Amino acid sequence: MIKFNVKNKDHILLIGFIIVVALAPVIFAPIGAGYPDLLQKFAIFGIFAIGFNILFGLTGYLSFGHAAFLGVGSYTAVWTFKLLTMNVIPALILSTLFAGLFALVIGFIVLRRSGIYFSILTLAFAQMSYNLAYSVLTPITNGETGLQLALHDARVLDGVFGVTRGEGLPSTTLFGMAMSGWSGYYFCGVVLIIMFYISLRIFRSPFGMMLRAVKSNQNRMSYTGLNTRPYTLAAFVISGMYAGLAGGLMAITDPLAGAERMQWTASGEVVLMTILGGTGTLLGPVIGAGVIKYFENIFSSFNEGILMDAFSFLPEMLQHAVVSITGLFVGEGWHLTLGALFMVIVIFLPGGLMEGIARIGNVTRRWLKPKPVATTEADAAASE
Amino acid sequence: MDAFLLQVLNGLDKGGAYALIALGLTLVFGTLGVVNFAHGALFMLGSFCAVTLQSLLTLERVVLDPERLTAWGTPMEIRTPYIVDWFGDFGMTLIDWSVPLAILIAIPIMLLLGVIMERGLIRHFYKRLHADQILVTFGLAIVLQEIVKSQFGANPIPQPAPAMFAGSADIGLMLGFAENAVVYPWWRIIYLMFSGVVIASVFAFLQFTTFGMVVRAGMADRETVGLLGIDIDRRFTIVFGLAAVVAGLAGVMYTPILSPDYHMGMDFLVLSFVVVVVGGMGSLGGAVAAGFLLGILQSFASMNEVNSLIPGIDQVVIYLIAVVVLLIRPRGLFGREGVMEN
Amino acid sequence: MSILSVKNVNKQFGGLKALHEVNLEIEAGTVHAIIGPNGAGKSTLLNCFVGRLNPDTGSVNFDGVSLLGMLPHQINQVGVSRVFQTPEIFGDLTLAENVMIPAFARRDGAFRINAWRQVEDEQSIRENAMHLLEDVGLADSADNVANQLSRGDKRRLELAMCLVQQPKLLLLDEPTAGMARADTNNTIDLLKKIAERGITMVIIEHDMHVVFSLAQKISVLAQGTVIAEGLPNEIKGHPKVQEAYLGGAHL
Repeated sequence: MIKFNVKNKDHILLIGFIIVVALAPVIFAPIGAGYPDLLQKFAIFGIFAIGFNILFGLTGYLSFGHAAFLGVGSYTAVWTFKLLTMNVIPALILSTLFAGLFALVIGFIVLRRSGIYFSILTLAFAQMSYNLAYSVLTPITNGETGLQLALHDARVLDGVFGVTRGEGLPSTTLFGMAMSGWSGYYFCGVVLIIMFYISLRIFRSPFGMMLRAVKSNQNRMSYTGLNTRPYTLAAFVISGMYAGLAGGLMAITDPLAGAERMQWTASGEVVLMTILGGTGTLLGPVIGAGVIKYFENIFSSFNEGILMDAFSFLPEMLQHAVVSITGLFVGEGWHLTLGALFMVIVIFLPGGLMEGIARIGNVTRRWLKPKPVATTEADAAASE
Repeated sequence: MDAFLLQVLNGLDKGGAYALIALGLTLVFGTLGVVNFAHGALFMLGSFCAVTLQSLLTLERVVLDPERLTAWGTPMEIRTPYIVDWFGDFGMTLIDWSVPLAILIAIPIMLLLGVIMERGLIRHFYKRLHADQILVTFGLAIVLQEIVKSQFGANPIPQPAPAMFAGSADIGLMLGFAENAVVYPWWRIIYLMFSGVVIASVFAFLQFTTFGMVVRAGMADRETVGLLGIDIDRRFTIVFGLAAVVAGLAGVMYTPILSPDYHMGMDFLVLSFVVVVVGGMGSLGGAVAAGFLLGILQSFASMNEVNSLIPGIDQVVIYLIAVVVLLIRPRGLFGREGVMEN
Repeated sequence: MSILSVKNVNKQFGGLKALHEVNLEIEAGTVHAIIGPNGAGKSTLLNCFVGRLNPDTGSVNFDGVSLLGMLPHQINQVGVSRVFQTPEIFGDLTLAENVMIPAFARRDGAFRINAWRQVEDEQSIRENAMHLLEDVGLADSADNVANQLSRGDKRRLELAMCLVQQPKLLLLDEPTAGMARADTNNTIDLLKKIAERGITMVIIEHDMHVVFSLAQKISVLAQGTVIAEGLPNEIKGHPKVQEAYLGGAHL
């Protein structure tokens, strides 16, 4: 029997991940998700959630303000398109950097407190950014309309490199290749793989171990000679940069940035993705992001007509009752489903889908091998 | 001086709402040790108690009057609320007073909601991580506000104050300033007095009843009180119900000041949390004091003079204060040592 | 040579004088016990060594460096490790990780973004950690989660975590508190072994059995002052000590 060490397992995981991203159009086609717009969303929110998980999953600091960094990333990217170039690379670099800077400033303040204080402070900061984006910062954010491209934008670098100006609004490019449709998806996919790999390295690094130590026992950490504050700040900034990158990618697939991206519901969404998939696991956040975006896509498109068809097998009375109840949860009511899902996961499956999969795995293993399996004492102790 | 007074007054009613919400948050947090992100939703539900009562009272009977014709020559529709049909002028008065009357239905409804919430959900989270408590109540807040949205729509629904209090009081004149220098709507004065009464009753309840004594002891040292063999569980339920009622009442009475919509809860929650943090986690007095303080500061920040000096300050002043307080006095203005330090 | 020198330390909490003109010299390479009845100020004194508390007046010098105003992690970095009354370990992490973290802290300092290197490639750190786990007899469960350990084993783990840092001074706050007799004796044996390596130890302890098995020198603290100091034999018969303990309704 071949004994796998951590490294080999990780290589297999990474290769599997690359294969899934590459073949996503085929793999997700049977469930009706094999088209670029949706797959792009999977990838972008996957990156967002992976980054969030580096903070929440490793250090245990629950931020409710990460959408602010996403927003900063989007605004930065659109401004890069307007001022410098339609090429996506500078936009991505700048949006990551700006979000990182923003996270550094905010993190420096909010990380003075931990636990619920931290959650509240991040929420407050996100609300503040959102309010400002709608009011005073209108010259930068273009307020409620949102920041858009315009025909007369400067695009200095494009001018220097002699990119010809077309008749209509330009589209984002990667050195001339338009970032739309499948090329757009594969670009996001490649970025997702890179970011997943970085997160994998962080998880397995001494730095990642320190972050888990932060979650486990900060007191012991400082009496072990470690300064906890810069570790948490580093995690905060890294996750902020992931969020900024995701925001930048959003602007690449659709060059428009609005303040609603920074709302607390958006911050809540990434929290949900992470816990749904499995906090602190490598794959969980990506899975969570995919599941949520998939169901959002399906549920939001439902309307009464579709529901009536779906439940047409029921007697008419029952059909109307069922439709009016389920109707609450679909279409406009998607957020209700989201909230309910939030509660269900926290109540029944705190470890998320990854834990669910592990549980199923355990049960089947017990079936196949009817020997007493080691109890999950470790799980019980860890969840205390 | 008069401008100063006006801003103080303007801040007080908002401050009253913050104080009431923060009071409940602190109470629940101090006794149950639970961080309730759905507390703002209780405020919102309270305000929708007022909306519901008003729409019930104004249910109308529609009769076509063939005697009178509209401009198009069709019979005119005569709409009379049933309640006016039944009670005549008294019915009109009832409709006029629907907001204060809503207090009567809000108390039992909010109490019931609070008890259901505590028994059905919060109770099972006492021993879980704070992060889990935050997450589950956060989910609940979304669920509650989305239900309200689906029932009442997304637009704000104006609720008039009783006609008696519709105008404004010229407070400046009473205090010897020039006429119309300090004009303040009557209803805001009512709200201020109302929040004062509610806060005073909560404090009196905690100070002078045995029940309140146990609650205060529980806030100081939860474990010991549990060891004394006092039935903590039932008291927790009541405390939660009480906090729900306080938040609900704050919501009911606030409706004439701010037309309720489904997301007002979260807006107020975030600010109330900041209030709690500034006041000091676990300090009831701190919550109230910081509530009024921040309300007043916010109203100063929204003065034109201030705003032209530092644009956007009205949007961020509360958060800035929170940041400053946390940097200088991390425990909050009135916080005790050891409360939620980690 | 004295490695830790405490001079005229005072600490007051409100009206309570917790420490009053405390003077103490800890000789390098010795095991020094600080005993005293409940509320004598032992823990307060210890907290003044590690940066949790700052004395109101007086000085605490370690190896020529003043510890006053330093943060806990800085004090650890100059070579002081601490064992807590209730073992403080990283409960969610494996035993090996628990010991590797302090090893990293010793090698890399208080903060280092070491995000690209993999733990797996840090062979020397891992070997060092495994070595220490063997020393305390926990090598077999190196990959188990630390929360599962018994209290005595948690103490052993904590000791391994401190020892991997090769501290110049090891502070132990009631290392056998709440332990069964067998565990206590095991811990004493382990501490003896550690002492034989020449590590300076300061032990705060109630249990006289532990104190007299280990200590080379004893200071007796009562009501915030050092009332007696000397070799174990001198302390045993010291009238002031007996009075302090009987007065404190102890023993």
